[in-house]
Parts: sequence; C-alpha cells; structure tokens
Amino acid sequence: MEQKNSYRAGPDEKGRFGLYGGRFVAETLMPLILDLEANYEAAKEDDAFAAQLEDLQTHYVGRPSPLYFAERLTEHFGGAKIYLKRDELNHTGSHKINNCLGQILLAKRMGKTRIIAETGAGQHGVAVATVAARFGLPCTVFMGATDIERQKPNVFRMKLLGADIRPVTSGAGTLKDAMNEALRDWVTNVEDTFYIIGTVAGPHPYPAMVRDFQSIIGRETKEQMLAREGRLPDTLIACIGGGSNAMGLFHPFLDDGEVNIIGVEAGGFGLETPDHAASLAGGAPGVLHGNRTYLLQDDVGQIIEGHSISAGLDYPGIGPEHAYLRDTGRVTYVSATDQEALEAFQLITRLEGIIPALEPSHALAHVGKIAGDLPANHLLVMNMCGRGDKDVFAVADHLNVEL
Amino acid sequence: MSHHNADSSRIDALFERLKADKEKAFVAFVTAGDPDLEVSAAILAGLPQAGADIIELGMPFTDPMADGPSIQAASQRALAAGQTLKGTLDMVRDFRVSNDTTPIVLMGYYNPIYIYGVETFVADAKTAGVDGLIIVDLPPEEDDELCLPAMQGGLNFIRLATPTTDDKRLPEVLNNTSGFVYYVSITGITGSAAPQQQAVADNIARIKNHTKLPVCVGFGIRTAEQAAAMADIADGVVVGSALVDVIGETAENKAKTAEKVLTLASALAKGVKTK
Repeated sequence: MEQKNSYRAGPDEKGRFGLYGGRFVAETLMPLILDLEANYEAAKEDDAFAAQLEDLQTHYVGRPSPLYFAERLTEHFGGAKIYLKRDELNHTGSHKINNCLGQILLAKRMGKTRIIAETGAGQHGVAVATVAARFGLPCTVFMGATDIERQKPNVFRMKLLGADIRPVTSGAGTLKDAMNEALRDWVTNVEDTFYIIGTVAGPHPYPAMVRDFQSIIGRETKEQMLAREGRLPDTLIACIGGGSNAMGLFHPFLDDGEVNIIGVEAGGFGLETPDHAASLAGGAPGVLHGNRTYLLQDDVGQIIEGHSISAGLDYPGIGPEHAYLRDTGRVTYVSATDQEALEAFQLITRLEGIIPALEPSHALAHVGKIAGDLPANHLLVMNMCGRGDKDVFAVADHLNVEL
Repeated sequence: MSHHNADSSRIDALFERLKADKEKAFVAFVTAGDPDLEVSAAILAGLPQAGADIIELGMPFTDPMADGPSIQAASQRALAAGQTLKGTLDMVRDFRVSNDTTPIVLMGYYNPIYIYGVETFVADAKTAGVDGLIIVDLPPEEDDELCLPAMQGGLNFIRLATPTTDDKRLPEVLNNTSGFVYYVSITGITGSAAPQQQAVADNIARIKNHTKLPVCVGFGIRTAEQAAAMADIADGVVVGSALVDVIGETAENKAKTAEKVLTLASALAKGVKTK
C-alpha cells in the first residue's frame, strides 16, 4: 500500500512527478511508449518475470553487491562511519547492468528483435551490448563522436560484444546528441526495435521503470545496514548525471524521514563558470527528450552542452523524479568540481585499494567535505556505482602522466 | 487585399477556396532565420508568388529530435545567425505587412515556447499573424500544455497523425485538431525515404473516416513528380528538406539562395497543381 503523503507515490497516471516528467514525444512514438507501459505493468505482476530477473542478478551480475565498511577512509576523515555500496563489482563494472537486464527481459517478452541504446561514458553501452550478446539480439549503440574519442576502451569492449557503434557528429557529439540520434532511429524502426534508455529520464514510463530496476541497490543497502548496524543509515550520498544510480539508492529510503539524502552533480570547472553539468544548480525547468525537468539552457530555451571530466555526467538534463525531490526538499543536491573529483579518485585508490570511476569520485568528494564534521556513530553510505578501469587513460592525461 | 477579422481562420478560407477550385495545397517548409535573417525574410516574402499556399515556418531548436540531417542543419544555421522565437514572430509580423492571406503555420519543439511563456507566446503569435502551430513533441496526452491555450487564443493546433496512429488512437489525435491534419507518410524522420503512394492513400482514407478536416501529407517528398503523386491522394503536400537542402548548398554564396529556393518551390507547386 502506498502511503498518502509518500515521496514514493510517483509518477501519476500522466507520468508526472509533480510538475516534472510526462510524455513529450512525437506521435509516431506515442503508441510505442503506451504499449511499453502496459507491458511493463504486466511484467511487474508476473512472478516468472521477477524470478528470471532475480536469477540473473544473482548468478550473472553477482548480486547482492557488498556493503563495505571503508575503515581507512573513515579514519582519514575522522568522523562519520563510511560505508561503500559496491555496485562497481557488478558484472560489466557498474550499476548500469541492473537496468539493462530488466529492460532486455521486457524486450524479449514484447517480442522485439533489435536493441538500440545511447551511451556517454560507454558504461551503459557496454551493459546493453552485454545483455544483447547474452540474449542473442542485434544491438546498435549511438555514441557521440567526441565521447568515442575519449572512451576508447569501452568502445572496443562494445565492439567485442558484437554491438554496432554509430558515431554521432551532430551537436557537440556527446550524450545529448547520442540520445537524439537513438530517438531518430526508434521513430524509424518502430516495429521491431526496443530502446534501452540508460538513465531515469526520457518519456514515461522510462523514469519509473529504470528507477524500479535500479532500486535493488537501495533495497539491498537497507537490508545490509539493518543486519550490520541494526538501524538505517543516517546519510546517503550518490553522484548524479541523469541520476539512475542515485535514484536506485535513494528511492527505498525516501519515506524514512530520518535518513538524510544527498545527490552530487558534476560541477565541472565550477558553478560560477559556464562549464559544468549541474542541471539542478545551474539550470531551469524545460522540456527535452520526452520529459520536463531541469535543463541547462539559455534564456530563450536553447539547450546548452554540459561539461564534466566524467563523460557519464555531462548531460544537460536530470531525471524528472530528482527535479521533484529537489523542489520538495526531500533530497539535498550539491556539486563537486572536476578537480575535487580527481583528488577524491586518487585518495580512495590509495586508501582503500579501490579505483573508482570518475562519476562516483564526485560523490566521494562530497563525502570528504562533510564526513569529518559528523560524529563517529553517524552512518554514511556512498554509492560506488562504477569502477575506474575505463578512466585510467583520462586520469593519466589530467595528471600529465604519459602511459 | 481582403481583410480578415481576428477570429476567421486563414487556413479554413484557403481550403474552402482550393476545394471550390478543385486544387490541392502546396505547403512549403523553411526554417526561420536560415541561412540568415535577411535571406530568410526574402524567401518567406517570395514563397506565395512561387506557389506556396501555406508556409510552414520552422522555429529553430538545438535538439530537433524528429528531424533528419537537412532540417537539423537548417536549425543550426538559423541559431548561428542569431534567430530566436521572438525573431521568428517578428519575421511573421513583417511578412503580414504585405500579405494578409497566406496562412503561416509555425513548426517546432516545445521548449523554446515553454521558456517564452505559453500565454504570452499565444498572444504574441496571434498578434504577429500566425495561423497555426505544429509542435512535434506535444502529443494529445499533453494538450493542457499548449494545445488548449492555443485554441482559446485563436490559433489552429495542427496534429501529426502517423502510420503508428491506429484506429483506436485516431479519435484522440483528431480531437482538438483544427485547420488540417498533417499525415506523416512514413515512420521516420524528416527528409528520409520516399513514401509509398498506396499505403499513404489507405491511411488518408482511414483518417477521413474520422474527420472532415483536410489532410496534408509530408515527410520524404522531394520532387515535383512525388508531389504530384501525393496531390492525387491528399488535400495538400508538404515539402521541407528538399527546399532546405538548397539553402544548405548555397550557404557559401547566399546571393542566389532565395532565387534558387523559390525556383524549386515553383517547380514543386506546379507538381501539386498538375491535375
């Protein structure tokens, strides 16, 4: 039963989280997303669907991911007790696989025979190419030409997995443009194609569906923390581009009022500069890619490219549920700069022997800003949503190291 | 030139006249501000003389998700030239000084209008002399956003029907549609594969079972021959990417751009008018 004053009740029947969300798509796609919604609602009620997903999560992905007490990091900051939710240990190296498995099972259930996806850093693209290989479906991944250049290892991984990579040169050649191109493909190939969106954005039902598939992160965290400490965590922290890892961690805790929840956007060169990807801090509500949400845009409604050291965070929008949680005040949104993320990346690598992706390095940067001022019995959970193998070349570059 | 009062629809008047003359409508699409404000205004001013019955004027947007490479490039050229939504309305106002009969339909995406402010936009568009709106990313499910305010403000809201719009959904799509219905002849983006005449004819017949509104066909129509074939089965034919491509091809030397676009428009209009 949904509580009446629940933060978890959304979206409504129009796909809205308060003002945000909705179904702002071309008519050609409208029957498809209505069909997707009906099929997803049916799948949610189907025990066999749930059982197959759970089996794959256990034996293919390796869930549950550990909730790890980061002892040396805790000592280093000298305050809150820091736990890491280790979703970087998942098969394919990030949380993205949680959602891709759910969606490809839905694609099979709907009889779709071709998969498309967009990717920025390539983590979602790799996860999609992986599940497409596992289920024997042809897969096309749209990726900005700029991102292809800076994410070569992931591009090669996708190719090895059999995916067809389509470079996108329109716009700045990054994630936003890849998503435009994926939508153009979908509108052209409506009969056979399933579009696996990688984050909690896009037209309804994607934001809710991706959230549901990612919520396993938060459900496990709740159970693991109760088992370990006998109570809920005091603070949750996760990085946000589109916001799927954060939504996955946050959602099961939204109605636990005593849990403080913090999302960390990509501050790029700083919020005082034009070069950041903090849609909530530096954007305004608008409509793009099927939903209303906070967008980086100019004063006449043209979209501005985001910037972040992390290709997975430089998207000019954010999931509509985050927009709603910001306006209601339930979740606090902050940002961390490229430089802060880079420092956090090196710190945790040395202290914990964990090389994080640049995306969760932003979350870790914020942990560093607050942990020292919190008492020793304060339980803090940070979502380690991806591992840093893909980023070592980019980091070397930023540190002026020749490989 | 006849004077229309604020509540009469230029679009309705046009289709009544065409019906009486047993003619079909040629709808010419160009993006406002492409390749620059001056040349774009010259193209707009010349289109009625070249045979355009309706002008579909694109409002440039950074992320035109339903458009192919031609119209994406047109948007980028117009934005680079400094075009804004306010500038687009100014173009229409200037056009209306010498032309009070040719309907102008603005086509684009919702975000620039949302940021402009829906109520202000509807009032300003009406005052400028805009007749209708085609907003790609506003399906009937989002009618509260702009469709209903636009209708109240005296603008036609022209909906896209597509091959995926089945009989169950058609009434919903046609409800609150006025002026004409824009049938998207293919599943795809603008400027892609040419439509199959028989399939389009079947779908137009299907739509006409549900509405008395004229049905115009667009997407993928590039030549006078294709336009003629579509004019046989529809009330009007929309051509966009082919015209816009001429602008793109002459972007280096814009002295001849307007003339070349209008020459192609004339040829296309003749295709539509050939009975």
